[in-house]
Formats: sequence, structure tokens, C-alpha cells
Amino acid sequence: MNVNLTEDEIAFRDEVRKFFAEKYPADLRIKQDQGITLRREDTIRWQKILYEQGWFAVNWPEEYGGTGWTPIQKYLFANEMAAANAPVIVPFGVAMVGPVIYTFGSDEQKQRFLPDILASNVWWCQGYSEPGSGSDLASLKTKADREGDHYVVNGTKTWTTLGHLADWIFCLVRTTSDVARRQEGISFLLIEMSTPGVSVKPIITIEGDHEVNEVHFDNVSVPVENLVGEEGKGWTYGKVLLQHERTNTAGVARSKYRLDNLKEKAAQSIHDAAPLMSDRNFARKVAAVEIELKALEYTDLRTLAAVATGKAPGPESSILKIKGTEIQQSIDALFVEAAGYYALPYVPEQYVVDFPDEDRIGYGAETKSSLRYFNNRKATIYAGSNEIQKNIIAKHVLDL
Amino acid sequence: MDFSISEEQSMLADSVSKFMENDYDFERRQKIAESDDGYSKKLWQTFAELGWTAVPFAEDDGGLGGGPVELMLMMEQFGRGLVIEPYLANVVLAGGILRRSANAGQKSRWLTPLIEGNLQTALAFAEPQGRFNIADIKTTAQRDGKGFILSGNKTCVLNGGAAEILVIPARTSGEQTDEDGITLFAIAADSAGINRQAYATVDAQQAADITLRDVKADAAAVLGEIGQGFDTLQDVVDEATLAVCAEAVGIMRTMHDKTVEYSKIRVQFGVPIGSFQALQHRMVETLMACEQSQSLLMWAVMLDTANKAGTQRAVSAIKYQIGTAGINVAREAVQIHGGMGMTWELDISHYFKRMTAIDLLFGNADYHLDRYVRLSN
Repeated sequence: MNVNLTEDEIAFRDEVRKFFAEKYPADLRIKQDQGITLRREDTIRWQKILYEQGWFAVNWPEEYGGTGWTPIQKYLFANEMAAANAPVIVPFGVAMVGPVIYTFGSDEQKQRFLPDILASNVWWCQGYSEPGSGSDLASLKTKADREGDHYVVNGTKTWTTLGHLADWIFCLVRTTSDVARRQEGISFLLIEMSTPGVSVKPIITIEGDHEVNEVHFDNVSVPVENLVGEEGKGWTYGKVLLQHERTNTAGVARSKYRLDNLKEKAAQSIHDAAPLMSDRNFARKVAAVEIELKALEYTDLRTLAAVATGKAPGPESSILKIKGTEIQQSIDALFVEAAGYYALPYVPEQYVVDFPDEDRIGYGAETKSSLRYFNNRKATIYAGSNEIQKNIIAKHVLDL
Repeated sequence: MDFSISEEQSMLADSVSKFMENDYDFERRQKIAESDDGYSKKLWQTFAELGWTAVPFAEDDGGLGGGPVELMLMMEQFGRGLVIEPYLANVVLAGGILRRSANAGQKSRWLTPLIEGNLQTALAFAEPQGRFNIADIKTTAQRDGKGFILSGNKTCVLNGGAAEILVIPARTSGEQTDEDGITLFAIAADSAGINRQAYATVDAQQAADITLRDVKADAAAVLGEIGQGFDTLQDVVDEATLAVCAEAVGIMRTMHDKTVEYSKIRVQFGVPIGSFQALQHRMVETLMACEQSQSLLMWAVMLDTANKAGTQRAVSAIKYQIGTAGINVAREAVQIHGGMGMTWELDISHYFKRMTAIDLLFGNADYHLDRYVRLSN
């Protein structure tokens, strides 16, 4: 057992660090640091820079354009990306539907979809949850009836993150109702958002933003070649995707960056006041979160090491999801606490481009802290709520 | 970065684990606990024959040259077996001081027989007024010709009753809580002026309160430099802290596993209680606490010991984790076992008591969170 990086790993880390220093556009960095919401074209521009470097599909196999990195390299890359405060990669294409397509899709589908995911030419969104199917996802009712060489899709998907920006949606749909188990008869279908009958309705969430949507399907015609794998096997494919999603949602590197950022800010003296970090109670709260995060970092590394020896991310990935999101929310709350009264002004207009500095309330992005805190209450709910994760661990790990 | 252990390390862990399984069941452990000595002298010899008492010592000193990883692997297994033989007191605490500070003559006099299992030792690191601050030392050592005269009180000295040699930190200069001015002495436990009040602790370990009244120590009793004993004392206590954290991880895993198994066989309302979601989620929490604690332990063990402040900070992090999440695992285990968890008969209650003791030993969660904060600045 040893914790030291090899010379090659150090060289790799330095190479990645240099890349972020040189290729991460300054205007995006400023937006990120000031808490300004990125536009669609900002995100695509950044993701294309990563693509040109060959570093976009970190987890994909090399044959499909992935990096072929070791787990440690992936870990180092995530650390550097977070430390540069680079934008979070939109996961729906590269981290979700991509792996399903290269694992279960046909050769024709791989050729058709994977290059555009790699190059961020196509923006994907996820059609899983429905108004009546949240935690009980297998109860989903969106129907896809086979008619000749196409399916006719009817139903509603919800909580569709960034669906209003998307070109395509991957959906779990019911292709057979007459089944013994509800998990059977579900299929994995790819649908172009511009197809007639698809409509998107915004849902405004707690912080006042438009991030998620309801997507309606009204007699939408989808060619059968958009079915991934076998009809009726969608639940199995979807579960594989969810395990990838949960591993990704630990967000350790990002939490490390944010906690360091919090400590840095709290160590400063504002308006001649004593720095907040000199307050014993606050310092202890920060320390407790930092310790939990260090533990999660090593739990994550242990999981990566296991994956490197050939094991797929199993139900243990649920632990990463639970702990990772709990820690994120603890950090969100500490930022609000650090902001004090400046967490109260509701001034979302400050977080769009070109807001004049002289009109800014607060001395930095303090007024964003509460918005982030509100928004990120989602973390323990999405990707299978943390309670569902506990059910999964109880069943598959504890065998209860 | 590498999480795997070497073949030799794996063999060591297996040998301890097999011994616990085959030769140290709970019934035997309880018999030993109720015996006059409170530990088995015969088994202590076996520990020595198996080489376990030699593990952390240098090969030149007759040891096996093991490091933190070996200690972690052994202590985890000792935790699973709920071992009460004084490994911590002899090998980690007193042995830790001797290994670092004793000269060649002192090593052959005390360390060699310790490794061979023929000498019982103890480190008197705590004083009644000091709580968890090991620099808080009122015991004085005053010059007396070439030697010293020691007076003061030591409390909760692990293995203090059986020890033949006591390692005693005493103040040769400075104020009560100064780090400077602490000198380490090795003194025969039957020296004139030493009064020992031995007792069993709640976790069936053995300890003693020790009073020193004008105890004579010659120059050869001094371990290391006069007045410069604190750094060594702190290193040893940190190593011992890490050791009990590893022991705690072994205990936590055992308590968690036993609780899950029990919930599958205990039937109420016509179904196993493990089918209740309220209990399932709590057992998932204890599983996560085990994993998170294991992770922190591995981090702390793998850190470069040359970076002292970093190591100390890591030790405080894992000790805080054990005192919070670890204690919660123990409490949940008793709760989910219900009335059975309350009984002296079942091992669960004894694991619980050891976890309680481990939280207090070398500073509880609160103390270590403060220390972590202090070392972070």
C-alpha cells in the first residue's frame, strides 16, 4: 500500500494542469468564478476544446474515442478540472446514453450517434421520470406502440434537465403492457426532439431558474432503428446507465475545490471583521465536512481500484452517490452560513453576463450561495433518491 | 497509488485472522477476562512465538521491521477477536518509546525481553488533571546526584498492574503543560515509593492508577535526551491512536456484520426484522460508516510519516471519525439487537464497551476535531 504518485502519474498531472492553464478560455473562467450561468454555446465551445484534445470521453473505451486512462489518471484529471473551476461536463450524452449505445447498440447506431456525442454536436437529455413515476420508475406509462417500421409514442416525461436545449432524448418507454414483472416490457428508445408531437414545457424550480422541463409526446412517430438493443430489455440497459450516473455523482473533486474555496473566503477579513474561520464553531463544521470528504475520496479511489481489476461498478456506487450528495449539500449550507446576510438578497439578474459591477449587491458571489443551496437540494433526490439508494444497498449488498 | 497489500502482509493478516477464528472464540475470551490476571500469560507467549510482538521493531533490534500497514492489519483482526492481551500497552506504547529512545544497553535490557514475551511493560501517559493533553505533566523528576527523584500521580496506566517496567514521562523543567522539559524514564514497577492500584476497565482491559513518592531513578533509567521526551511521546501516542482506530474498524465491521445477520434470523410480526425498511436504512448507514472509516484509516496509514504535521492531522481525522460514525455503528448494533444487545452473555455488548473505551483513549472525537482544526491552520 502506498499513496504516492508514480513519475508517470506526476507527469500526466502536470500535462493536464498545463492544458487547463492554457486552453481553458479566460472568459469562461470569469463566468464560472462569478457564478454566471453558462449559455448553451459556452458549454459546447468548452466541450469541443476537450474533444479536440481527445479528453472528452474520459470513461469510454479507446476504440470508441475514449482516453484509455487508468483509474488514477481519471482521478487526477477530475481533480485538475475541478481545481481549474472548469464547467461540469453535461453528462446526458457522454456519460449516460453513450455507454448504453456502445454497450448495447447496433454497429449502425454506434456509427450514427457516438461521433456526434464525442464532438458535442448533439445535445442529449434524459427521459426517465414521469409525473406518476419517480422513485417507482418501473411503473412508467409512456407507451411506444409498434406500427410497421416505427413506434408511436404517447406520454409525459418530467424533470428533464436542460431538455429545452436538447436535440435528442433517450427514453424508457413501455412497449408491452402484458407482462409478469413491470420491469419487463420496457424499451430504450432514442427520439429526436424536433419530431412532430414532442413539446417541452418549462418547470421553474425553487431558486427561480429554468433548468428542468416536462416533455410531452403526442403520437410521436419514431423509426424502429432508434430502438437500442432488444425490445423489452430497456430496464436492464437503464440500470447500467444509472450505475455509471451514480459513480459520477459522487463529485469528490468538485467538492474538494468548493471546500478549499470556502476556506479561502472564510479566512479573509471582510469589512474589518474577524475572519469567519477564526470562529471555533464554524471551523469545526468545516473540518467535519473535510474529514468526511477525505474519507469519500478514498472510498472513491478504492472503488476505482476495484474497477481497474475488472469489476464493474456495482451497487457500491450507491454509497458514493449518497455520501457524495450529502457532502455537497453540507458545503452548500456552509457557503450560505459564510455569506451571512448577503445570502438573503434575491438578485439572480446579477448572475447574467455584463451585469454592471457598481450595481452589485455583496462583495463577491455571496448572493449566489443561497441560490446554489436551494438548487442543489435536488442532489439527494435525483439519480434515484438517497432513500432508493439505501434500498438498493440493503437488497444487493446486505442481502436483506 | 496502490491499495493492495504485499504477500507477506497478507500472510500476517491471515495468521492473526485464523488464530482469532480457531483459538480465540468469545467464550475463551470471556474466561480469560474473568481470570485473576485478566489476560492469558500463555497466549502472550504464543503471540511472541508467532512473531506478533516483534512486528513493529527493527530487524537489528530483533524485530520484523513492520510499519503502519502491518500494525493496521493486526489491530483490525485484534478488534474482530476482541483481544484483551496487552498488545497495545507493551508493543505499541512502551515498546514504541523504547524503539525510538532507548540506547543499545537499554534495548537489550528491556526491548529484547519485551519482544520475546518475557517482560510486561506499560507507558504512563495520563495524569488525573490532564484529560487528553499528554503535555500536561505535574509529575516531577528532580536531580539527585547523577540520578533523579520522581513524584506524582499517573492514571489509567494500561497494563499498569502487570507491568514490571514502567515508562514514565516526568517533568524535569518547565511549566505544567509545556512540551519542553518532559523526560522519559524506565523504572522497575517494584521500586520503593511506587504504589499501584490495579483495576479492570469497563472493556475488560487491565489498568492501574500509580502514585510515585520520592522514587529513585538512576541515570541509566533516562530514555533519550533529558527534557526532550515530548516529541517521542507524541509520536508514540499518535501511533497508538492509529492502532486503536484500526482495532475499531475491525470491531465496527464485526458489529455491523453480526447485526445484519441477526436481523435476518430474528422474527417478529411473522417476518425477519431485517425486512423492515426503518432498520434496513440504518444498517446501510452503518455499512457506509464502516467503508468511510476504512478509507480514512488507509489514507492515514499510507501517508508519508516524514510529514509530521500531516500525519498528526490524519490521525486526528480518523480518531474523530471513529468517535462519531464508529460510535454510531456500535449504538445501532445494540439497538437493533434489542434486549439481546443489552446482555452480558452476548458479545455485542462487549464490542460496544470496547468502542466506548476506544473513543476516550488518547482523546475523544471533540478533542481530535479541535486538534485537526489547529493542525490545519
